[in-house]
Amino acid sequence: MARTVWPDLAAQIPTGFSHGSTSIFAPAGTPAHSIFGLSMLVLGITLAIFLVVAGLFLYAVVRYRHRAEDANASREPSQIFGSNQIELSWTVIPILIVVLLFLATTRVIFMTQSIPKPASSLDINVVGHQFWWEYSYPKLGVVTANELHIPVSDPKKPTPSYLTMTSADTDHSFWVPRLAGKMDLIPNQINTMWMDPQQAGLYLGQCAQYCGVQHAKMLIRVYADSPADFAAWVAHQKQPAVESADPQAAAGRAIFQHNSCISCHTIAGTVATGRFGPDLTHVASRETIGSGAIPNNPANLRAFVDNPEHFKPGVLMPAMHMNDKDLDAITAYLASLK
Amino acid sequence: MAADAPVPAETAQTATTHSAPRRLVLDILNDWVTTVDHKKIGLMYIGYALVFLVVAGIQALLMRIQLSLPNNDFVSPQAFNSLFTMHGTTMVFFVGMPILFGFGNYLVPLMIGARDMAFPRLNAFSFWISAFGGILLYFSYFGASGLYGAGSAPDVGWFAYAPLTARVFSPGHSTDYWTLAILLSGIGSIGTALNIVATTICMRCPGMKLSRMPLLVWLYLVTSSLVFVAVSPLTAAQIMLMLDRYIGSHFFDTQAGGSAVLWMHFFWIFGHPEVYILILPAFAFANEIIPVFSRKAIFGYAAMVAASVGIGFISLSVWAHHMFTVGLGAGANTFFVLATMIISVPTGIKLFNWLATLWGGKIHFTASMMFAIGFLFQFLIAGLTGVMLSIAPFDWQLGNSYFVVAHFHYVLVGGILFMIFSAFYYWFPKMSGKMLSEKLGKWHFWIFLIGFHLTFDFMHVPGMLGMPRRIYTYEADRGWMIWNMIISSGAIFQAAGTLLFVYNMIWSYFKGPVAGPDPWDAWTLEWSTPSPPPAYNFAEIPSVASRRPLWDLKHPEDPDSNYE
Amino acid sequence: MSEAAVIPNVTTPEWELPSRGVVGMVCLIVAEAAIFTIFVVAYLYYVGKDRSGPTPREVLDLPIFTSVCLLSSSLTVHFAVAALHQARRGLCSLWLAATVLLGGIFLGGTAHEWYKLIVHDGLTIQTNLFGTTFYSLVGLHASHVIIGLIMLSLALIFSLNGSMTAKHTGRLEVLSLYWHFVDAVWVVVFTVVYILGR
Ligand code: HEA
Ligand code: HEA
Ligand code: HEC
Ligand code: CUA
Ligand SMILES: [Cu+2]
Repeated sequence: MARTVWPDLAAQIPTGFSHGSTSIFAPAGTPAHSIFGLSMLVLGITLAIFLVVAGLFLYAVVRYRHRAEDANASREPSQIFGSNQIELSWTVIPILIVVLLFLATTRVIFMTQSIPKPASSLDINVVGHQFWWEYSYPKLGVVTANELHIPVSDPKKPTPSYLTMTSADTDHSFWVPRLAGKMDLIPNQINTMWMDPQQAGLYLGQCAQYCGVQHAKMLIRVYADSPADFAAWVAHQKQPAVESADPQAAAGRAIFQHNSCISCHTIAGTVATGRFGPDLTHVASRETIGSGAIPNNPANLRAFVDNPEHFKPGVLMPAMHMNDKDLDAITAYLASLK
Repeated sequence: MAADAPVPAETAQTATTHSAPRRLVLDILNDWVTTVDHKKIGLMYIGYALVFLVVAGIQALLMRIQLSLPNNDFVSPQAFNSLFTMHGTTMVFFVGMPILFGFGNYLVPLMIGARDMAFPRLNAFSFWISAFGGILLYFSYFGASGLYGAGSAPDVGWFAYAPLTARVFSPGHSTDYWTLAILLSGIGSIGTALNIVATTICMRCPGMKLSRMPLLVWLYLVTSSLVFVAVSPLTAAQIMLMLDRYIGSHFFDTQAGGSAVLWMHFFWIFGHPEVYILILPAFAFANEIIPVFSRKAIFGYAAMVAASVGIGFISLSVWAHHMFTVGLGAGANTFFVLATMIISVPTGIKLFNWLATLWGGKIHFTASMMFAIGFLFQFLIAGLTGVMLSIAPFDWQLGNSYFVVAHFHYVLVGGILFMIFSAFYYWFPKMSGKMLSEKLGKWHFWIFLIGFHLTFDFMHVPGMLGMPRRIYTYEADRGWMIWNMIISSGAIFQAAGTLLFVYNMIWSYFKGPVAGPDPWDAWTLEWSTPSPPPAYNFAEIPSVASRRPLWDLKHPEDPDSNYE
Repeated sequence: MSEAAVIPNVTTPEWELPSRGVVGMVCLIVAEAAIFTIFVVAYLYYVGKDRSGPTPREVLDLPIFTSVCLLSSSLTVHFAVAALHQARRGLCSLWLAATVLLGGIFLGGTAHEWYKLIVHDGLTIQTNLFGTTFYSLVGLHASHVIIGLIMLSLALIFSLNGSMTAKHTGRLEVLSLYWHFVDAVWVVVFTVVYILGR
């Protein structure tokens, strides 16, 4: 356990008990809210059933225990074989409860899965890859990876984001508990879901369908931006890659373009048009790399390019085996891609 | 318990205590390997399952060590992925199925007054083919892409979703071992199920009408019938997967237009009934044990039978509740919500009938009964979390999270494993002729109970805090660590409890008090034979006039036959 | 140690239970039917979803003659059982031989069809989804025909050398049940593959 990071225990306890950053009980969008409401109803009903039934069991077990000191302890109790009335009642009451639960459920299912899409909504295509996320905004002409930006949706003037999802390889599942329930990404199939965060901020989640070795580090980061911030972000992302004047970055660009990097990565405005790995056009503007696995800083970028396995064993990007000089140059180049 | 001595019979000569000459180990081995006696086959099933219980339990311990801390690197991601795959596959196919078939094999012929199963040789064949399946699964540690360790065991998860199992995503042979193992175990299960059905229908002793069969036999009949319609689809799907992997067909090959969702349907058409195949025998044990230790007849026999048959049928139409997040559409989701929730009605009937059986009884707290009572409470909770998952929108949040893992361990461990332990304390005397130590049994119960609740109660929480299942590690800032620590600590208690149980069995086998034919003063036919029963079970085929033949015998003044 | 209790013999009126063989075979048939169902579902699911040819319409011909042969073998095996029941062994052998012959013709027909598909149309199990589902479904059925034919041939041999007598009617009946099942499955396969699927 050499590399184990012992987290600060004291810091664990409060988040452990309060609504942590991915708790389903801290909804921040409409789908999550309606699920939350339904789940409270269900928890209430099941709790009531539990209390009644467990109470009866407890009573029976205590009250009817064999007591050796009883006068007729060795006599068999009277044998009862059944009673139609009683049996009927405990058939009918559960049926009624089931009907109630079913009606409440149906309402939420249709409210979430079958309401018409408003014209003011934002379309986003999501493609799941082993082990990263590809996001594109077809109407805005933006392609990015791993960090999803969406606008905050004001309930009075809703601008929900609609995700159209599929997979490039195995099954994945998109799950940001505070915004909405999960939805799977399946090859050859298009699924949709929507979310409408009502407060700006960062919402975390992660892939929820086992998809291979690094399923655990296929993390999701959704940034809900105010409309102004979102517009600025879009405007920036639309630009082609920055051409840095720094000589080392320029050298890095050359190395990048002469390596196999370009067969897997796209950098808009350059010869790099690979689609197998994440788009790197504005990689430096992201806060993390490796699908949320590590913070994005030059040191980590360098280490990642040198040997991605170090952070994500089983990752599909091969170690590039470059010398230190080339690595430094590439790092400078990538870090310049703001 | 005070019982008037059962009628001594002509069978006296067949006392099992005759002093046979000592035999060579090889002779004994040969005896067991070539046996077609349902009792020996039953015991082999049980022994085999116990070995695998410890193996898969150790795998669980390793996973719990890895998960007790965030960003831990006790095992590699590949190793972790094969740990949960092997743990799940082993527990379901090579612990749950064989142990239940083992008890069924042992008990069903005895309880219906038969001398053996309908097809003794098929019985032996079924056992050996399933056993071979299990060995093949573990051989993957050596055989699949070389001897270099844990990475080569299957790592596709116990439901092995396509296209992860395709050659491109799962090179090497580990997945081939997985399919083959499941295929063989499936063939064995179908064989044994066929045998149990034919035995119950064709081998009952005179007077044992269907309406007089012990409930255990009824439940085994339903379970076995379910096996035909549930395990066969799995067999078919495994054949398709093998064709895909070996000769390049395209059933689940998404690159050639094949469908990933089709596999999910096929798997869960098997997988859901499978969980009822596993739980019904546990219900069956409860149906025998709870009445005997409450000293009362089972309440609502006919309703119990009807509910079991009902569960069997409904369970065939609910499979897509494992697929609420697959994008089936609102209509299909709604249908499967209703079908799934309806199953709580017959299940509730069972629970309430057990309650009514306890009511007004004289409950004896033997180790066996304590496990059964634990089962009742835990199954209630497990069922209610199941109902939460069946609420599709709730499942969009909880599905594939640790909440699901908590739900199904609550059923599989809190329900089935508890009832299996209960069955051991109850029938071990019949099988071995020796009583298990009650004192150790109660220690076992309390230690395991504490471990169970530490592990699986707290496992619901990280699920609700957003922790998905099947992750080899997690981020430190999510607030999941404290829960995982508690969960892992519980696993240690469970291991200690299990060790105590194994020790109890070994110790009691050699040193335990002699059981006699009927230590619990029970009512079904198996207790009319010596313990352990002779090879032919009954020197004279009995005939019965009610559901509780030994009650009639012990209470000639008030036999059950007056009431049925 | 030996206080084994024996239940007093309650007088029961005649206690007759179904035959093990028939019950066992019915169980097997249910299980097999479930397997076939899954293959049929896969076939129907993928009908028309191919990304490349050949399609069923282009290459499949209706195997009417061989189907008639297979279906009529259900009758002949039935007559064989009836003949054995009346202890007419010679007649039984005759009907068994007819059954084996009809089944053989069916298998030959399948072999011929596959030869044509593979060699002339270039359709193998790897070609496309149609190839995958067609060969596996029809092949699964054909393998059942082969097993049935082997068993029937054995019965024929036993019948010819005299070791099968009227006492064995029950066993032959179990075998005939299996054969009826194989025929019934063909009706489904035929409908799905050659009618709906085309
Ligand atoms: C023996 C095993 C067993 C049993 C008996 C059950 C019983 C039930 N299960 Fe469970 N389940 C599993 C084993 C089992 N399950 C496994 C292994 C998985 C996961 C597989 C995997 O993904 O790896 C799973 C997963 C699973 C899911 C999918 C979750 C997901 O992956 O997203 C769902 C969803 O509906 C579900 C529901 C239910 C329900 C409704 C019942 C019902 O049968 C429960 C009925 C019982 C009661 C309700 C309690 C008693 C009733 C009353 C007291 C009457 C009154 C009550 C009411 C009216 C509500 N189960
Ligand atoms: C019958 C079924 C069954 C049983 C009994 C268990 C029992 C246990 N299970 Fe398991 N489990 C499954 C069926 C079962 N499980 C299935 C189907 C899955 C899904 C797999 C998948 O996702 O594909 C799963 C998955 C699963 C996971 C999730 C993995 C993941 O998603 O990442 C975890 C994690 O904690 C877990 C833990 C446990 C524990 C702690 C026990 C404990 O109850 C075990 C207790 C037993 C022991 C501890 C053994 C005793 C040991 C000894 C006597 C020896 C002691 C010796 C030494 C210590 C050297 N199980
Ligand atoms: C065989 C394909 C392949 C090649 C070649 C390749 N990469 Fe990658 N790269 C990937 C994949 C796949 C990922 C996603 C890894 C993950 O997070 O799972 C990735 C991720 C990255 C990331 C992190 C991006 C992010 O936002 O998380 C960087 C930076 C990167 N690659 C740089 C490079 C450089 C520089 C080179 C060449 C020297 C290179 N890659 C060559 C496939 C490749
Ligand atoms: Cu992607 Cu798990
Ligand atoms: Cu289920």
